[in-house]
Order: sequence, then structure tokens, then C-alpha cells
Amino acid sequence: MEAYLTSYATVLALTVAGILLVALAFAVSRLVRPDREYGFKLSSYECGIDPVGTGWSHTHIRYYMFAFMFVIFDVETLFIFPWAVVLGTSEHQRFIFGVMLVFLFFVTITLPYEWKKGVLKWV
Amino acid sequence: MTPLLAQTEAASGSAEFWVFIVIGAVALGSALSMVLLRNAVHAALMLVVNFFAIAVLYATLDAQFLAVAQIIVYAGAIVVLFLFVLMLLGVAGDQAFTGRIAGQKTTAVLLGLALFGVLAAGVAAPFLGEGTACNVPVEQRVDAEGPLCEGLAVANADGNVRGVGFLIFTDYVWPFEVTSVLLVVAAIGAIVLGKRREDPGELTDAPASAVPALRDDDDDEAASDEDAAEPAAAGASEDDEEGTR
Repeated sequence: MEAYLTSYATVLALTVAGILLVALAFAVSRLVRPDREYGFKLSSYECGIDPVGTGWSHTHIRYYMFAFMFVIFDVETLFIFPWAVVLGTSEHQRFIFGVMLVFLFFVTITLPYEWKKGVLKWV
Repeated sequence: MTPLLAQTEAASGSAEFWVFIVIGAVALGSALSMVLLRNAVHAALMLVVNFFAIAVLYATLDAQFLAVAQIIVYAGAIVVLFLFVLMLLGVAGDQAFTGRIAGQKTTAVLLGLALFGVLAAGVAAPFLGEGTACNVPVEQRVDAEGPLCEGLAVANADGNVRGVGFLIFTDYVWPFEVTSVLLVVAAIGAIVLGKRREDPGELTDAPASAVPALRDDDDDEAASDEDAAEPAAAGASEDDEEGTR
């Protein structure tokens, strides 16, 4: 099991390097920046019109559709990875290829449907 | 001594054991704070932490495909969906979402206990009884620190992703194709529910209070027989849309 976990050492090193990079950037900017804080610096906009209300507002359900489409095509992408790995070495190549074509057909058919319904319009 | 305890003791010195302890604590803590945090957006972010912790646990269980799927689909897409819903409902906390259904808390506790029972049975089942996935007791195994279930080693012989792909495209082709149909049905359902009031006149990002037509959507959820009380403008736009249908 030790050997198994050491195969993830690269992932761990990359994660630590990423955290260090961000921490370093923040630390350097804290050292370099001028430090004369006063209340007005904390306002949302230092110049311009004062914001009205809170930052939260109701978004239209239209934008939920884009997130939903993202989920669906994300799942579609996920299934392509094992398919691509298996396709090259299996003896049933044509069958596996056809199966994926049927899958892609069904999932992709939502796209023209949405187009026709006008859901894809970003207003 | 039960086989489960023996296995735990055998693993207690290994790196995997400590990864499990630390990541398990992170998963439990993030799950608890997700439930307990008052701010819904903070809860969603805690859910991301939880998903990542679970993904690490999957990776230590030799299920790399599931780990990556957990990050790509759940931590990536599903949480985005949650955040969109939160923005849709508004997170100001002005709406009381508790106590809407009669007996909600009792039902939640009962269903939670039932889920716990099912999960506990699912975890314990391979270690109990004879005709299960692990029907070789620990004492009879050649290598006590070897893989927990021989079935896992067999399935992962060519690598986890290849094993998953092979199973999907041989034994589970039919569920795989049904999945695509399920995705289409979900998309069409979302479009039908979400496109009820589509009118170019209300396409603004203004807060709900400034746009009467957007308010109507909310009111409709509560009571559908309020149509008569709606402002004239909203009524007209509704008529327009029904004409185009």
C-alpha cells in the first residue's frame, strides 16, 4: 500500500506547489503594497455611484439552463474517457464504437431541441 | 475477533490508514459544516471540500475513475448547478424554507436512519456471510495485508479506467445507453419547467422588486390562482406567450 500511495506523490507535490504559489503571491503583494488603510478603502466602489441593496439578486431561471446543459455534457464527456481507453485494445471495436455513437446521438439531440426552443439565447 | 477488526489492525500502521483518518475527518467536518452553516453559499463551498475529500478516499480505494468523476461532475458541475439554484432563489434569507411540510423533521430523521442502515449494510456485507464478494476469511488469506477483496484486484488488473470501460461496454451496455436517454429526458424536463414564462420584455438582470413580471413567477409557485390579481402588463405578456404556443 505504501508503494501505491507514493504513486500519488506527484499529485501531492503539485497541490503543495499550487498552494505555495498563491501564498507566495499574496505574501509578496502584502510586503510590497502601500499600507494606508482607511474606511473608504473598504467600500465596494471607491468612486462612482454608491451601490443600492445587497449583492444578491434573483437571477432568471434562463441562466440555470446553461448550468444544467453543462452538467449533461459534462457527464457525456466523462463517459468518453473509458471509451477511448477501451476502444484501441478491444476485439469488439466496431460494436463499442457504434454504442458510443448511439449514446452521443441521444445526448447531442438535446442541442438542436434547445436551439429550436430558444433556450440557448444569451440575453 | 471479527475479520473487520483484524483488517483494521493490519492496516493501522500504513500510510493509507493515516490518509483515511485525516481525509475522513475533513470529509466529516465539511459535511457537518455544510449542514450547520447559515449562509447557503458557504454551505455549497463546504460541499466542494467534502466532494474533494471523498474523491481522495476513492483514490486510496483504488477507484481512480470514480475519484476523477467525483471531481469533474460533482465538485465541478453539480455544485455550479446548486449555486445557480441559490442565486435563483435568492440567498438573503428572507424566505423561510423550514417547516413547509408537515412532519418534515420526523420524516428526515427516519429517512436518514434508513439511509444509514442501508449504507452500513452495504459496507458490512462483504465481510459477513459466505457467498459474498469476499468469501475468503482473513485468516485463510495467503497475504494478510493483500487486497481486501480479490474481486477488486481482478477488476483492476489492467488498470482501473480500462476495467471500468470494459465493463461499461460489455456487461453494462444497456444501462449505458439508457443513461443517455435519461440525460435527454432530464434536459427536456428542465426546458419545459424553466421556459414557462419566456418573454423578451422581461429579459433584464434587475432585482425582482424592479421587474413585476419576474415577481409573478415567485407568486405562481405559492398560489397558482393569483392570475386574476396580476398586474395588467404581466397578464398581457402571458397572453402573448400562450398565443405563440
